[in-house]
Amino acid sequence: MENNTKIKIDHLNLYIGKQHILKDINIEIPENKLTVILGPSGCGKTTLLKCMNRLTDLYHDVKIKGSIYIDNEDVLHTSTDVTEIRKKMGLLSQRPFPLPMNIYNNVAYGLKISGRRNKKALDARVENYLNMVSLWEEVKDRLREPASRLSIGQQQRLCLARGLAVDPEIILADEPTSALDPISSEAIEKKFAELKQQYTIVMVTHILRQARRIADYVVFMYMGEVIEQGPADEVFDNPKMERTKAYLQGAFN
Amino acid sequence: MLKKFEEMFFKFIMMLCNFIILFVLVLIIYSIFHKGMKALTWEMLTQRPHGGYYYGKEGGVLNAIVGSLYLSFGATLLATVIGVPVALYMNVYLIKRKKIVNIIRFLLDLIWGVPSIVYGAFGFSLMVFFGLKTSLLAGIITVTLFILPIMIRSCDEILKTSPLGLLEAALSLGSTKTETSFRVILKQSFSGVVTAILLSFGRAIGDAASVLFTAGYTDNIPTSLSEPAATLPLSIFFQLGSPVPEVQNRAYASAVILTVIILIISLLSRALSKRFHKNKI
Ligand SMILES: Nc1ncnc2c1ncn2[C@@H]1O[C@H](COP(=O)(O)OP(=O)(O)O)[C@@H](O)[C@H]1O
Ligand SMILES: [Mg+2]
Repeated sequence: MENNTKIKIDHLNLYIGKQHILKDINIEIPENKLTVILGPSGCGKTTLLKCMNRLTDLYHDVKIKGSIYIDNEDVLHTSTDVTEIRKKMGLLSQRPFPLPMNIYNNVAYGLKISGRRNKKALDARVENYLNMVSLWEEVKDRLREPASRLSIGQQQRLCLARGLAVDPEIILADEPTSALDPISSEAIEKKFAELKQQYTIVMVTHILRQARRIADYVVFMYMGEVIEQGPADEVFDNPKMERTKAYLQGAFN
Repeated sequence: MLKKFEEMFFKFIMMLCNFIILFVLVLIIYSIFHKGMKALTWEMLTQRPHGGYYYGKEGGVLNAIVGSLYLSFGATLLATVIGVPVALYMNVYLIKRKKIVNIIRFLLDLIWGVPSIVYGAFGFSLMVFFGLKTSLLAGIITVTLFILPIMIRSCDEILKTSPLGLLEAALSLGSTKTETSFRVILKQSFSGVVTAILLSFGRAIGDAASVLFTAGYTDNIPTSLSEPAATLPLSIFFQLGSPVPEVQNRAYASAVILTVIILIISLLSRALSKRFHKNKI
């Protein structure tokens, strides 16, 4: 069993008002792999990602049909508390949103709301997760400073550490490098390559080269539909659909 | 060329408006202080009115100073405890109910515009209904009702500017909406909320009409919530109405005291909000 399916999206349709945003999406996302959702702006990538951790609950006038199975539990129709579902997934957004508190508490926040208060244990875990994103050395002397003083690249890594601290199984990343400089972008990409040993990573991007660099599995979307999906080398080297070919050749963007 | 002229012209108009406003403001403050400082004595601050105070004999307005502070702190506290959670509820819990939130905003804006004398009358009819006499408690409740729309809408305007991404980030970490509200969104907007509280406090301490029938007026300092309480705006009102020139000047002295109290509270809250501002993203 090399390719366990971690997330299975089954006939997912999403409407906002009268607009049909996601059209009959069927995807199987493999466990402990890096899956890239690729497609031009406005095709529904962000919306699809937010469906998975139910941030679409916040949308006004939204209607969702279909199912999203995570470990065989349909997260759209379950009695499990939505906070438990969300804890399974760390989210990185397009631009970092550190919490309005100091660096230490940004990482400790998730642990504290889960009721962990032991100071020593918290210290150790904060250090551990900051190390995991290679931020510890840079911030260990300024843990009590506001997170907003960090550079954008550091903030994005802090947000990753903060997400990892709640012990998720999945990382959802929505164009996590689009606000970053090339060096910070590379740092995030490298982190992802390491982290996929332990986590299932779903990353949205519209940057073709980035997708080629790091994807194990690719989902190509266009205008709210999944056009093609499969292992990265197959999709990139041998696209079956005309629209995928056109996109890969840069016909539209 | 024409554009440049247009630019100059509007710049001039704006500067003029600024200047006029500033001028009027300075004029008001100047005339209050000019007339008030003469009558402002240590006695005014530290004593209650004695028998002949309203004919120009000795005494002070300590009753009104203490009464006003009790009343406005009480009302501001109540309005904060009720208003901040309501504003958070509107912006976190009801985030997908845009229509409902807009209706609430519209209603609050409407009652914001209701003159305070109407609140006074409403408070009075509540008192009659519950068999309360004019008292500090009745005054606090009335003023709370009067400043609640200000409190809620000012907080709401601040919370509205909190980025959606922050809300999403907090929820993604598995926080409940309550945790998100109080531990993240409120922190982000803290300095704005302090300003909202300050704004409400200013309205509470400055209003005369809402306390006229409800808190009453007395030369005594209230020792419990069921006793009537004097307030500075009413003391200004009564003293201004006096035919005795000394007493009229004391009205200005009371206005100085009121202005300085508001100034002190402003500076304190500024300092307080600065301490929290640094964490804002
Ligand atoms: N909250 C929303 N309300 C209304 N329309 C939305 C909302 N979010 C996204 N959309 C629409 O859904 C479509 C897909 O958006 P999005 O998922 O952000 O695309 P992508 O991330 O691929 O750029 C767009 O046409 C956008 O206008
Ligand atoms: Mg997007």
